[in-house]
Order: sequence, then structure tokens, then C-alpha cells
Amino acid sequence: MCETCGCGDPEIVPVEVQQSLLAANDRRALHNREHLRAVGCVALNLMGSPGAGKTALLESTAGAWAGRHRLGAVSGDLATDRDAERLRLAGIPCVSITTGQACHLDARLVHEALHELPHDALDYLFIENVGNLVCPAIYDLGQQANVVLVSVTEGEDKPLKYPVMFRRADLVVVTKTDLLPALPDFRMDALRENLARVMPDPACLCLSARTGEGLGEWLSWLASTRLSPNAPGERSSHTSGFFTTM
Amino acid sequence: MHEWSIVQGLLEAVHREARVHGASAVTRIRVRIGELSGVEIPLLEAAYQTFRERTLCERAPLEVLGVPARWTCAECERPVERGGWLRCAVCGRPARLTAGDEIVLERVELEIPSAAETAAGEAS
Repeated sequence: MCETCGCGDPEIVPVEVQQSLLAANDRRALHNREHLRAVGCVALNLMGSPGAGKTALLESTAGAWAGRHRLGAVSGDLATDRDAERLRLAGIPCVSITTGQACHLDARLVHEALHELPHDALDYLFIENVGNLVCPAIYDLGQQANVVLVSVTEGEDKPLKYPVMFRRADLVVVTKTDLLPALPDFRMDALRENLARVMPDPACLCLSARTGEGLGEWLSWLASTRLSPNAPGERSSHTSGFFTTM
Repeated sequence: MHEWSIVQGLLEAVHREARVHGASAVTRIRVRIGELSGVEIPLLEAAYQTFRERTLCERAPLEVLGVPARWTCAECERPVERGGWLRCAVCGRPARLTAGDEIVLERVELEIPSAAETAAGEAS
């Protein structure tokens, strides 16, 4: 309008953008993914509440697979190096990412950590995300699959309360099943039912890192990830119906 | 509070558009936020109020368009109702999310100095 009337006022111009606000992170994640695939390393993003048993599951995995597969880890923690220390003690080379007040890992943090790990000599890279069922869900890190842990003490309704997180899961691992005798009100079928309401094709397995019950199923799933690489967010053919009981 | 990171990304994207078009200010921003995107709209708005100060966006209202989640059958494309099992009632296949996970900067309105104004600015 100002151009035509010559008033000298600034012009207001609408500009269509249509750009994802996660585009910068997604580009870095793609870089991580391509690089990890090129060196034959399967990267898994482990998410769950604080205390869900992420570190314990990796300790058990290291124990069961000692000397058979080359494992590495990146561990996100707000303030300490404790998880990384536990993993190193279990024989898993691990780089700790101390996030301060940041509630999630992003692709840049993982990329920087990869420079400190011999990732090109690993079969599996476990990315142990910050304990949180909200923020980590939306950041692609370059992983091949998302694994969400939920312990039996957290109750059956977690999937309904955190649908964004569970929707992104390629596999849900129900942990601490050794505690079930102390939880008479816990109903596994209700948890599975709730998963089916937020995940279209829920793959789920139950285990106890303490007793080793169910660990074999987890190790089989891990082994299956080496057979068919898939993009995150897509249902992978190897999980489809693999452990589904619904 | 990942909404703070999202808003930082938003401001970077908006400022890039402003630079490209030679804008002196941003007068409006519109984003599209899906119900299952993991972004809480009130938190996003609060973070925006904090971060826009002393930037080109200082006067720009943030318009947020919420997008409900929409599931459809991955096979026959029939809509799948929310709240129940996320499987097609007809063919039994898993549903696919077709809307509701977006975090998108849709459009911006930019204030572009007129040629006369620019010339006056350069002369002074």
C-alpha cells in the first residue's frame, strides 16, 4: 500500500514459512544416524522415569553379553556421573553428558559425546536419556529405535498419562517384575490395555534385571535390531507382532 | 521445560526470515502445534513472552493453532477413533497418526522499510 500511495510507511509483508521448529535438531540427528549406520552400530534411545531401571537393564545386558558383542553407552544425567560410572564398572565404555537443568538429550549433545567414544568399533550404542517421561520424547537423536522403560511400581496408567512418550516407543520394557508379589493391586493386563490405547502396534516385554527373568527376550529383541534397520517413529517390521500379546 | 528450546528455535527461524527479506520488525508469527507433539501451548506462549524482549519480535503477537490428533488406518485409510485401541475397526491393522504431532512455523508478517524510508535512512 505504501508503495502505491508514497507515504513512506513501512510495508507489512506476509511470508509463508512452513518449517518444523525441530529442523535443526532433525538435521543433526540425520547426520548421527547416517554415520552410525555407516559404521554398523545400532543406536538405541532408552527413555523412562527416573528410577525406571535404565542403568540396571544395561548392567544386566553387559553381564549377559560380556565378550560377545561390543557395547557402548552415552548417559544423560542432570548433575552426576553416577550412571556412567556404574556402566563402566559393568564393562560398557560410557560417556556422561551432564545436562545441568536441561531435561533431555538432543542430537547435538549426542554428536559431541560420540567423538569421545570408539563408536565405529561398537555393535550397540545405548543412549541412556535423562530420566523424564516428557521432554526426551520429541528429540530425535539419530537412534534406530526408541525403547521406553516403565517399572511395575509406577502403576498401569503411565501410558495414558504420557501418550507422547509411549507413542514414540518401538519397544516398551516393563521392569522390576520381581517386585510383583509385593504389588497385589498391579494388573499387567491393564498396563497392556493402556499401551494399546496410545501405541498402534505395541511391542512389550517384561523383565527383572535383578533376577534375570525375561532378560532372554530382551536380548533376542536386541539381536533382531541388527537384522532390519528402521527409521525412528516408524513401526519396525522386526517388532511387529514379535512380542505383542495384544 | 523443552518449550524454552523450542522458542529459541522459533526465534532463530523468524530472524532468519527477517534477515532474508530485509525486515525492520516482525509484526505477527503463526505456529501450528499438534496435540501429540509434546509441546504445551501455555508454556510455549510463556517462554515466547520472555525471549522476544529486545528482539525484532518484540511487538509480534504469537498466534498458536492447536491441531488435534487424527488417526487413520494405515491400510484402508478409514479414520480410527481416539480413546480406544489404535487399530482399524474394520481391517484390524494398526492406525497411523496423520495429524497432531507437528511443531511448525507457518508464517510470519514482516515490516519491510519502504524504499523512501531506506533512502532517507542512508542519507542521514
